[in-house]
Amino acid sequence: MSDGVAVLVRDLRKSYGELMAVDGIDLEIGSGEVFALLGPNGAGKTTTVEILEGLRHRDGGTVAVLGQDPAHGGRAWRARIGIVLQLTGTVGELTVLELVRHFASFYPRPRRAEETLELVGLTAKARSRITQLSGGQIRRLDVALGIVGQPELLFLDEPTTGFDPEARRQFWDLIRRLREHGTTIVLTTHYLDEAEALADRIAVIAAGHIVASGDAASLGGRDAAAAHVSWDGQGERHLVETTAPTQLVAELSERFGGEVPGLTVTRPTLEDIYLELIGGAQ
Amino acid sequence: MSDVAVRAPADTRLPEAMPSVWRIGLGRGGVEVKAFFREKMAVAFIFGLPSILLVLLGSIFGSQAATHGVTVGQLFTAGMIAGGIMATSFQYLGISIATERGTGMLKRLFGTPMPRTAYFIGKLIQVLICTVAETVLLMAVGVAFYHLHLPTEPGRWWTFAWIFVLGGTACGLLGIAVSSIPRSATSAAPVITLPFTVLQFMSGVYVPSTSVPPWMRDVASFFPLKWMAQGLRSVFLPPQAVALEPAHSWEHGRIALVLIAWIVGGLVLCITTFRWQQKS
Repeated sequence: MSDGVAVLVRDLRKSYGELMAVDGIDLEIGSGEVFALLGPNGAGKTTTVEILEGLRHRDGGTVAVLGQDPAHGGRAWRARIGIVLQLTGTVGELTVLELVRHFASFYPRPRRAEETLELVGLTAKARSRITQLSGGQIRRLDVALGIVGQPELLFLDEPTTGFDPEARRQFWDLIRRLREHGTTIVLTTHYLDEAEALADRIAVIAAGHIVASGDAASLGGRDAAAAHVSWDGQGERHLVETTAPTQLVAELSERFGGEVPGLTVTRPTLEDIYLELIGGAQ
Repeated sequence: MSDVAVRAPADTRLPEAMPSVWRIGLGRGGVEVKAFFREKMAVAFIFGLPSILLVLLGSIFGSQAATHGVTVGQLFTAGMIAGGIMATSFQYLGISIATERGTGMLKRLFGTPMPRTAYFIGKLIQVLICTVAETVLLMAVGVAFYHLHLPTEPGRWWTFAWIFVLGGTACGLLGIAVSSIPRSATSAAPVITLPFTVLQFMSGVYVPSTSVPPWMRDVASFFPLKWMAQGLRSVFLPPQAVALEPAHSWEHGRIALVLIAWIVGGLVLCITTFRWQQKS
């Protein structure tokens, strides 16, 4: 097994008729990492992830997920991954606990159903019928079904779409807890704050291409981009764009003899970088 | 070998065996049966409807003069058992699998280490249990209200057994195949139920087969239901009732042939058309 690498993708391609949904993607995701695939709707996120999950065939490229080609992943391989799909409906008149127990029976080394419900915060609803759950609770049940097999690698496709802010924070805590357990997590999202809050690394995907990748702080050259330094002096606001803000601030501090009035130093926000990246690709 | 102790232990977890196909299949069967009997739609419109219709039709027409020692109620009961078998196999499988596909449940199952065979074992268990229960219920209604006599000769029970098994299998496979036709979970019930209802009229389930126009009988004879109904009449009606058959014979050989042909055809259809995901 290729140690330390959970997912390795080279030149992945997939088209639907004329449309190139995924057009030559390379990815390398380390074990234990939280990796976010960030991009607008229709960028190719779900297609990419479904190929990694073995739910969709690819047209070209090589893919290794936990050392295996997902197109030929058997039961033992499926037992090591967990999938939380984007769209799921209700599935009959079973209780939450019954369904989670049932899914647990598919795996050689499952987490206890009660413990799984505790993790996703559904203990109080264990004996409720699935048809009586709210949208957010169903989403948590989706996650429970994805993690009940104790996967080494968990895929989450747009996990918090439709969540209220509080539910989203709770969900983020859950992802962090899973990460502490050593689970590798691959998530797709179109929320910047989600990628920034959770991911060790982010890849921005637009029109089937990876247009940038890195951690949130350095994505798209964010750390190297010119900083805006501004201050008040002689009755007006000054603004200087510089790649050496520290030096400028030191000079200003000397000039003002200490405190610089109204000093701000800003880098482009992740949103600025992101919009620039996806704007360039479309 | 001192370096062995120094080396970080490899994966110390035992390579645990995957749960067996049969264990998971039985588990799926349990979940499927539970889901069926808890779902009001399934219980009322699929499981209950044949008995309700039998009581309605029997009460309206049951007093009509019997011919050849047969009551109209007996005729309806035999036909309705065939309709009931097809309801719990064809109709329920068609609707439930289309719904599972439309809601993404099939795709979700496909993404787990559940063996594909276990899914179908679960369906088999569910259909078998529900169809046996359906048949027993209809027989009980027939015996209680419409002078249905359960056969005493082993030969008749043998006929019943092979018609039940071959007919249920053919209808079940056909149900799995037609589940690919509805485009969404919400359209599943009407898309499957409408042609099924038409077929029951044509096959002499809701009306005595002698009242069915010949062209309808010809259409019905392409499908399994007419043959199942005919076979069950041979099980539950007195021998002289054969005179009421349009063919003036029970045609057991032909019944078996048609049902086996549908099993083969249904299997081919299932293998070539079954999809775990809704086509987008």
